[in-house]
Amino acid sequence: MEKEWSHPTHAVSLPHLAKQGNGKDPSLGAAVEIAEIQIRDVCLFYGSKQALHHINMNIGRREVTAFIGPSGCGKSTLLRCLNRLNDLVDATKVTGSIRIGGTEILDPTLDITELRKRVGMVFQKPNPFPKTIYENVAYGPRILGVRHKSQLDEIVERSLRAAALWDEVKERLHDNALALSGGQHQRLCIARTIAVEPEVVLMDEPCSALDPIATTKIEELIHELKQHYTIVIVTHNMQQAARVSDYTAFMYLGRLVEFGKTDKLFTTPEKQETEDYITGRFG
Amino acid sequence: MRVESRVFKNFWKSGDPFVWLTGGALAFSLIMIVALIVIVAANALGFFWPGRLVQAKLQDGSELLGQVVVQEEVPGSQKDGKALQYRTEFQIANRDIYGADFRWVDDNQIVTQTYPENAILFERWEWGHLFGFLTKVTENGQVIAEGEPLAWQKFQEIHPRTQETLEQIQQIEQKEIGAINYNLERLRLAIKTIQKDESDPARAQERVAALEQEIAMWQQRYEEKAKELKVLRDENARYRITVQAAGGREKELPVAAVVRALLPNQLSWGERLKIYLTRLIEFIWEDPRESNTEGGVFPAIFGTVMMVLLMSIMVVPFGVIAALYLREYAKQGTLVRAVRIAVNNLAGVPSIVFGVFGLGFFIYLLGGSIDRLFYPEALPSPTYGTGGILWASLTLALLTVPVVIVATEESLAAIPREWREGSLALGATKWETIRKIVLPGALPGILTGMILAMARGAGEVAPLMITGVVKLAPTLPLDTHAPFFHLERKFMHLGFHIYDVGFQSPNVEAAKPMVFMTTLLLIGIILLLNLTAIFVRNRLRSRLRFGTF
Repeated sequence: MEKEWSHPTHAVSLPHLAKQGNGKDPSLGAAVEIAEIQIRDVCLFYGSKQALHHINMNIGRREVTAFIGPSGCGKSTLLRCLNRLNDLVDATKVTGSIRIGGTEILDPTLDITELRKRVGMVFQKPNPFPKTIYENVAYGPRILGVRHKSQLDEIVERSLRAAALWDEVKERLHDNALALSGGQHQRLCIARTIAVEPEVVLMDEPCSALDPIATTKIEELIHELKQHYTIVIVTHNMQQAARVSDYTAFMYLGRLVEFGKTDKLFTTPEKQETEDYITGRFG
Repeated sequence: MRVESRVFKNFWKSGDPFVWLTGGALAFSLIMIVALIVIVAANALGFFWPGRLVQAKLQDGSELLGQVVVQEEVPGSQKDGKALQYRTEFQIANRDIYGADFRWVDDNQIVTQTYPENAILFERWEWGHLFGFLTKVTENGQVIAEGEPLAWQKFQEIHPRTQETLEQIQQIEQKEIGAINYNLERLRLAIKTIQKDESDPARAQERVAALEQEIAMWQQRYEEKAKELKVLRDENARYRITVQAAGGREKELPVAAVVRALLPNQLSWGERLKIYLTRLIEFIWEDPRESNTEGGVFPAIFGTVMMVLLMSIMVVPFGVIAALYLREYAKQGTLVRAVRIAVNNLAGVPSIVFGVFGLGFFIYLLGGSIDRLFYPEALPSPTYGTGGILWASLTLALLTVPVVIVATEESLAAIPREWREGSLALGATKWETIRKIVLPGALPGILTGMILAMARGAGEVAPLMITGVVKLAPTLPLDTHAPFFHLERKFMHLGFHIYDVGFQSPNVEAAKPMVFMTTLLLIGIILLLNLTAIFVRNRLRSRLRFGTF
C-alpha cells in the first residue's frame, strides 16, 4: 500500500516527500488498523546498562497511543528512540528495528534531520525559543527552506489555529514568545511542531508542568490533532491516558508489560502488574 | 555559663557572622578601589586650577615668587621639646633661570608673604612656566611699551597675533610639508622599484626620468613653503618681551614663545574656571610638548582607543570560534579537559612573555616576510617588520583570548538543553541550531568576555613596549592619505605615557600631576568603553531573558 507523506488537508506541502511501505502486521498483541510505526525487538543500552528490553509494538496511524508506567521504566527512552533524540546522549546503543511508514529509522546512514522533520516532538518542559511568537512557529519551515513571506504567514496562522492559540496571540505575533503563560507556551510548542507537517507527533509528558485548565486545553487539542497526526504520548497521569488515548502501553523496568486498546487495558487488564499499577497499588 | 555558650552557638548557627564576614570583605575591597580613585582624582583634578602667585621675602634678604605646592611638618622637629615647625614647597618655575622648578623653604625663614597684583604666570611652549613681572615689550629691538600697565596691554594686543601666525606655521609644517614629504618618499620608492624590476634599461630610464621630474616639482613646492615659513617666523621674531623674575634677574623672550599669560592674583572665580576648562580641553585635544610633560595627550588617547578596538575586532571572533569547537563539537573527554586547563593557564603567563612572542613571531617572522614579499623597495628600512599598532593589537589579542574563550564557553554551557533539543527535534542540523539558537542566546555572555578582554587589554603596558608603542609618534595611525589606516605605524598609549612621564621624564616633579591626570583619563576611557559594551549587552539580555522562563 503506497501513500503520500503529505496530508491532503494541508494547503502547503513541504519539500520532504518520502515513500512508505505496508505497515499492517496483525500478529502483534494489539491489532491496530494501519500500523504507522512498527517496533521490533528493540533493546537500548546506556553504556553497559540496559534500559529497554526487546520491545515489540505496532503503533496505529492517526491514533493516540499512550505510554504509561512508573518513573524510570523506559517510556521516555522508547519515545526518544522514535526520533533518535537518544543519539545526543553519548554511549547509547540501540538494537532491533523501528520502521516508521516503512522506513527503517535505526539505519545509521539515515538522514536524521529528515526523520525529525517527519517525527515531531513536544517536550515535558515547554521550550519556546527566545524569539517572537511568529519566529517560533516559522522556525521549522524556515529550516526546510520556505522563504516566501506569504507562505510563512499562512503556515504560521494555520499552525496556530490548529494548536488553538491563534485567537489569543493574533494581535501580538511579533512579541516575545517567553511572555506567554505556561499553557500557551506548550500550545505554541505544539504549533511549532505541526508547522513542519510531520506524520507523527511525540509528546513527552506534555502536561506535567501545566495547571488543570491548561491541561484540559491540551487534551482537547490532542483530540483534534488525532485526525491528522499519529500521536504518541508519554504520561504519568493514568486518567489522562484513559481520556486521550486509543491504545495504551504499560511499561515496567524497561519491558513492555501490556499493550492494547485503552478501554480494555484499563477495565480488564490481562497482567497482574498492570492491574496493580492502574489501581495504584504501586508506582 | 551554659546559657552564654548556647547564645553564642545560636549566633554562630544563624549565619550572621558569615554575613558580616562576606559584607566586610566586599566593603574592604570597595574602600580600596574608591580610595585609589579618590587619590588619583584629587591629585589630578587640581592640576589645571590656576593658583595664586605668592611673593615671599626670606630672612637672608632674598625673594621668591611662586605657587605653594604643599606645606608639611619638618620631620623630627618636635623632638627634645622644641616647637613644631613647618616647611613649604614652592613651585618657582623659571627652569632656565634657576635650574630647578621647585624649592623647599622652612616657614621660620619667611619674613613676609604678599600676593602682588601684577605678578604674571607665563605658560611657554618650551622650558615650562615663567613667573615674573613684565617690564617691557620690544619690536625689532625698539621699546614700544614699558612699565605697568602699558607693557601688559601691548602684550595682550600682540600675543594673539603671534599665536595665529604660529598656528599657520604648524599647519604648513605638519600638513603641507608633511604631504610633500609623503609624496617624495613615495616617488623615491617607486624609482627604486623600477630600477629593480624593469628589465629594459631604456624604458627604465624613461620612467625614472618622468618620476624625477615629478620629484623636482615637489621639491620646488617645498622651497616655496620653506620661504613662506621664513616670512612667518620673521614676523613672529619681531616682538619680544622682557620679564623680571624674583631676585631681579631679567629674561628676554619672544612673544610667540608664550602659550598663555595670566595675572593669577587678579582673577575672579569665573575667570579661573574658564582657564581651568581651557587647560582641560587642551589636555584632551592637543599634542604633547616638552617631552610629554606638558600640553595634551590626544595622540595617546587615540592610540589607546584604536588599539583596543582593533584588538577586540580580532580577539572576539577568534575566541568565540575556538570556544564553539571546544564546547559544541569536540568530544568531551580527557583531552578537551586538558585543553581547557591549558587555555585557562594561558591567562596566567606574564604579559611580557606575550610581548616577546609578539616581537619574535609577529614582527620578525610575519612582518619580516611581508616586507620581503610586498615592500622590497623600502628595505633595509622595515615597513611591517618593526613594531606597529597591528602587531601590538595582535599580541594583546593573543593575551586576552583565554578570557574570551572561557566566557564564551560558560555562556554556551548555560544555554538550556531544551532549546537545543527543541531545535534538533524540528529537523534543524547541529550547525543550524548553533547559528539560530545557541549563538544568539550566548551573545550576552560573549559580550561579557569582550568587556573583560577590553579592560585587560587597555590596561596592559609591558607587551606594548616591545611591539610598537613609542614615547612620541609623529603621525596618527589614521590620516587622510590613502589607505587611511596605517596599521604598520607606531603609536602612543596612555598606559605607556604614564610610565614615560612618571619615570622617564627629565623633570619628574613637574610632571607628577600629569601622571595622575593621565591615569584618571585612562580609567575614564576604559570605563567608557566598558559602559558602551554593557549597554549593548543589557539590551540584548532584555530581549532574550524576557518573561518567566
